[in-house]
Amino acid sequence: MIANLVQLAAEEEQNPLIPPGPELLVGTIAFAIVFFVFWKKLLPNINKVLEERRAAIEGGIEEAEAMQVEAKSVLEQYKAQLAEARHEAARLRQEAQEQGATLIAEMRAEGQRQREEIIAAGHAQIEADRKAAASALRQDVGKLATDLAGKLVGESLEDHARQSRVIDRFLDELDQKAEAAR
Amino acid sequence: MSDNGCGFPAPGLHSFLFKPITTVGGFEFNKVMLLALITTVLVIGFFWAAFGKAKVVPGKLQMVGEAGYDFVRRGIVYETLGKKEGEKYVPFMVSLFFFIWIMNIWSVIPLAQFPVSSIIAYPMVLALIVWIIWVGLTFKRHGFVGFFKNVTGYDKSLGAVLPLVMVIEFFSNLLVRPFTHAVRLFANMFAGHLMLVMFTVASWYLLNSWMIPAAGVSFIMTMVMILFELFVQAVQAYVFVLLACSYIQGALAEHH
Repeated sequence: MIANLVQLAAEEEQNPLIPPGPELLVGTIAFAIVFFVFWKKLLPNINKVLEERRAAIEGGIEEAEAMQVEAKSVLEQYKAQLAEARHEAARLRQEAQEQGATLIAEMRAEGQRQREEIIAAGHAQIEADRKAAASALRQDVGKLATDLAGKLVGESLEDHARQSRVIDRFLDELDQKAEAAR
Repeated sequence: MSDNGCGFPAPGLHSFLFKPITTVGGFEFNKVMLLALITTVLVIGFFWAAFGKAKVVPGKLQMVGEAGYDFVRRGIVYETLGKKEGEKYVPFMVSLFFFIWIMNIWSVIPLAQFPVSSIIAYPMVLALIVWIIWVGLTFKRHGFVGFFKNVTGYDKSLGAVLPLVMVIEFFSNLLVRPFTHAVRLFANMFAGHLMLVMFTVASWYLLNSWMIPAAGVSFIMTMVMILFELFVQAVQAYVFVLLACSYIQGALAEHH
């Protein structure tokens, strides 16, 4: 009971808003240590690193930008080259086409010429053959006819002066008939 | 108060009194002082681990430390004082914030279970340091006359009420403000601790026969209060530092 009363009395004396001295001292020391370590050591430490990181990031960005610019210029260069190459290819193709066309025309002309030559040669050959055949025929026919006529009249007409005239007349008639039939 | 007939050990002012653990040369060293010093060790220990060998590519711990550092630096100091003026006060504000926060957190740490800042001495020391910085800075920036103009809110356009305003402002800025600055933190932690002790003790006290459900409710309330206190602890640390910054900003600003 007395102990209780003493405790109560002690409580009434205590005002929570009046700071006890020793605590003030401990609080000051405790905070001062934290502050000095932060101020002198830890925050300069981290600030340095943060600055380095910022620089690194900015450096990285700059590098990336430079590379992008370079890539763009290279791309443009390639595009220009490609366009040039395309142009060149088109030009070559057209040239080739033109060359091909003239070549074909030339070859066609050559072919035509050769064909005509061959045809002309053929024609000449045929004409010669025909002429040869015609003259041979004429002789053979004359001979056959005289032979036949000799047999029919029973006398030789071979030496007859009229012989050639008769045959010629006959042949002329044949020619005329052939002309008429044509 | 503790003898109200039913034997319930109601928490009160005696909950904030500690017998000394040891006495060093007449200096009574108690639990709260121990916690205050452990706070110092913890804050420095954590940030030493985080920033001691800081790397450009941070590890997990450094990342957490940087987040905390950045919160105070950008979120409070740069916001109120600006980057140029504020830079100088960053170390003070950062250490202030984490020191107060850890002092508050002791409230819910098992075995400690006592917020160091609910002893008025600790907030008062910190508020006093802020006050000294503020007074010194105001003198430095505005000179002797400027100091009084700044502190008394001197403004000619007020006319006849100017003397009254000046008296009120003088007391408000120079005497009441550091007091409320300290008491705001102290009272929040004090009340929070009382509530926690109340519900904790009640959960135990009610734990017999038909009162057991009430003990359950009390226990749940303890849990709720712990969560709430965690929130209040962070908020009060934030508010304390924010106010410190805004006082300094007032000293830096041109008087109107």
